[in-house]
Amino acid sequence: MLALPPTPQPAPRRQLFVGTALASAAGTMLLGGMLAVWLQFRADAPYRESSRRGLIKDWMPEKIVVPEVAANMMLIAFFVVCIMAQWAVWSAKRGDRTHTAMALGMSALIGLAALNSQVFIWTQMGVIARDGAFHSMFYALTGTFMALLVAGIVYTAVAAFRYLGRGTSDVQIVSAHALYWYFLTAAFSALWFVVYVQK
Amino acid sequence: MTSIDTHHAVDGAASQPAVATWLTSADHKHVGRLFIGSGLVGLLGGLVLAVLVAVERIDAEGFQLLDESTASQVLAAARLLLTYGAVVPLVLGMVVAIVPLQLGARSISFPRLAATGFWFWLTGLGLAVASIIGNGGPGGGEAEMVDLYLAALVVLALGGLMVAGSVATTALTARTPGMGLLRAPLFSWSSFVGSIALLLSLPVFIGTSVYLYVDHRYARAGFGGNMGVNHWIGWSLSQPFTYVLAIPLLGFVLDAIPVMNRSRLPQRAAANVAIGLVAVGLLTATTQSAVTLPWEGDGFFSGLGDKIADLLPFALLNLVPLLGLLGVLGGVALTLKSAKPRVASPLVFAVLGLLTILLGAASHVVYAIQDAGLAGTIFEAGSYVAVTFGSVTLAFGAIAYWGPKIWGRRVPDKAALPLALLAFVATALGSLPYMIAGFADQPAGVLDGFSYGGPQELWNALTAIGFVLMLLVSLAFIGLVAKSFTAGEAAGDDPWDGTTLEWATSSPPPADNFSEVIVVGSEYPLADMKNSSGKVG
Repeated sequence: MLALPPTPQPAPRRQLFVGTALASAAGTMLLGGMLAVWLQFRADAPYRESSRRGLIKDWMPEKIVVPEVAANMMLIAFFVVCIMAQWAVWSAKRGDRTHTAMALGMSALIGLAALNSQVFIWTQMGVIARDGAFHSMFYALTGTFMALLVAGIVYTAVAAFRYLGRGTSDVQIVSAHALYWYFLTAAFSALWFVVYVQK
Repeated sequence: MTSIDTHHAVDGAASQPAVATWLTSADHKHVGRLFIGSGLVGLLGGLVLAVLVAVERIDAEGFQLLDESTASQVLAAARLLLTYGAVVPLVLGMVVAIVPLQLGARSISFPRLAATGFWFWLTGLGLAVASIIGNGGPGGGEAEMVDLYLAALVVLALGGLMVAGSVATTALTARTPGMGLLRAPLFSWSSFVGSIALLLSLPVFIGTSVYLYVDHRYARAGFGGNMGVNHWIGWSLSQPFTYVLAIPLLGFVLDAIPVMNRSRLPQRAAANVAIGLVAVGLLTATTQSAVTLPWEGDGFFSGLGDKIADLLPFALLNLVPLLGLLGVLGGVALTLKSAKPRVASPLVFAVLGLLTILLGAASHVVYAIQDAGLAGTIFEAGSYVAVTFGSVTLAFGAIAYWGPKIWGRRVPDKAALPLALLAFVATALGSLPYMIAGFADQPAGVLDGFSYGGPQELWNALTAIGFVLMLLVSLAFIGLVAKSFTAGEAAGDDPWDGTTLEWATSSPPPADNFSEVIVVGSEYPLADMKNSSGKVG
């Protein structure tokens, strides 16, 4: 074997951040693909007369009512989580354990609130999966997003344990965690518009 | 400061039984070997089923080996096994095992994720095959088994996604100092491009499969139930997506041939671009269907605007990947022209495998032109066989080339060499008659009850012979690999007189790959070291 010149160990190049960015790109394609199929079905639906909105696509059944307050609050919750996650990054970069812990705790709490909103929307809308294409696709789409949301809450818990468990050295996981919540917020904004606003 | 500990290879390995080490190890070499071993088993399974299908097609008057209900399931299982049970694991296995070594990394990034990806893939594939056996594949009659099939596809694709994420992160973050992405060996570059392509396309596949699963299980209202499965996700088992799966193998061609030729690859930057062009095929995931070219009208210039509008997406999805493949072929031709190559099995596997993939890609362009009248014919199966068997041929070449590095023993070259030629013959026999039969309007996806003018039994018999020959070649190659793995000639650290970093460490490499960090100054770091130490002129 050849003798190779010794050099110091290279500094890590933000593996977790890059990995999270790639996971977010994959998640974007996942939800983007699902929303595209949703829009295709909506586009293929015939028109019907709506008493409130005139001539509309007959995609979402007339009887189903979207609880718009809950959906809007869920969207707002995501933006608030982004602020909390960025607060965690800001604090972690300054070695402020207390503020980082508070910010990560708030992120998890508001993430749970968003999850609760989704469950509330499901129960309020009363969609039954076996009733038709809209119904089954609604659960497939929002259920997939729910899985990504649960992953985000778990990520917050892991980030908190790793940051707090290692003193204040692991800033990277806190910033990668924030990136994931940015992705979730962007993804939910698209889902919110397509499913709950455009209907 | 880091969040990732990349040195899991030696975690308790010494104190564990060998089987437990194999099952739990996150060492990328172990994971790579598991993928390759499983891929070879999947290949045999897929080929046996493909032979059954081909033999069944010879006499189109009544079923001989299968019956009506099992025929479509065997057809589905053959394609699933050949694509996701053979090509995908063989490619991912080589990528996982070799890319960190080429990049001078001590480990793959997120090693446990890569290992988990393998088990997800294996579980998904096992469940998918089990569901097909239970009459649950595309068009299957057993509703719960169809549900299981769709869920299994999601698990399988999640496994691929995990491995792709791990490989892409390695390429982006774990390269040794001095090695920019464009300075990375072309196998690593193509693995990076292929991983990104999978990261962007497999999620679309997963999303559609989730829709199919929920719809089939609860509503059966929007996606055509069991008969709609192929309509919605059939693109993942057909061209041009099959080229995307083979992208890393193009890097093998571009890495191995200059080494065999003892020369450098001319126009290296063009090779980088060519590999990127093949990856454009991933856009098929965004259309989720084949893009064909209608070229109607009375004259060439009649309705030219509409024709150009049709031509652009067609060119993007079908011609651009073909252009990339031609670029790779051009690089190979220029390299071979520059010096007299040593004729070793990796070289022959590489050249012939590339040619067969090109045949598949070129024939698919013809298939996608609507005026050729080939839609719905078996011509598509001919293109698929050419691309898939070509990918398998390239994977065999990659195993012959890097096997000595992965397990420390040579694959007997003299015995492997004729297998490369036989694999080429098998691919030609397995694909060309289907293409001819396609022009004669033999229908796709049907094993019985078709009739057309011309020697239809001859075309189908030739294909069956091609499949049997490929099965025998695969058996022989697996025998050679098994013999090499257990009792082969020791390879030495650098059996091919290589130029890239994987040959700078021992064979097989230690748990942490390299004892010291290597600083790279060019695209051929090992050649530089040999030159500076005066070992090679």
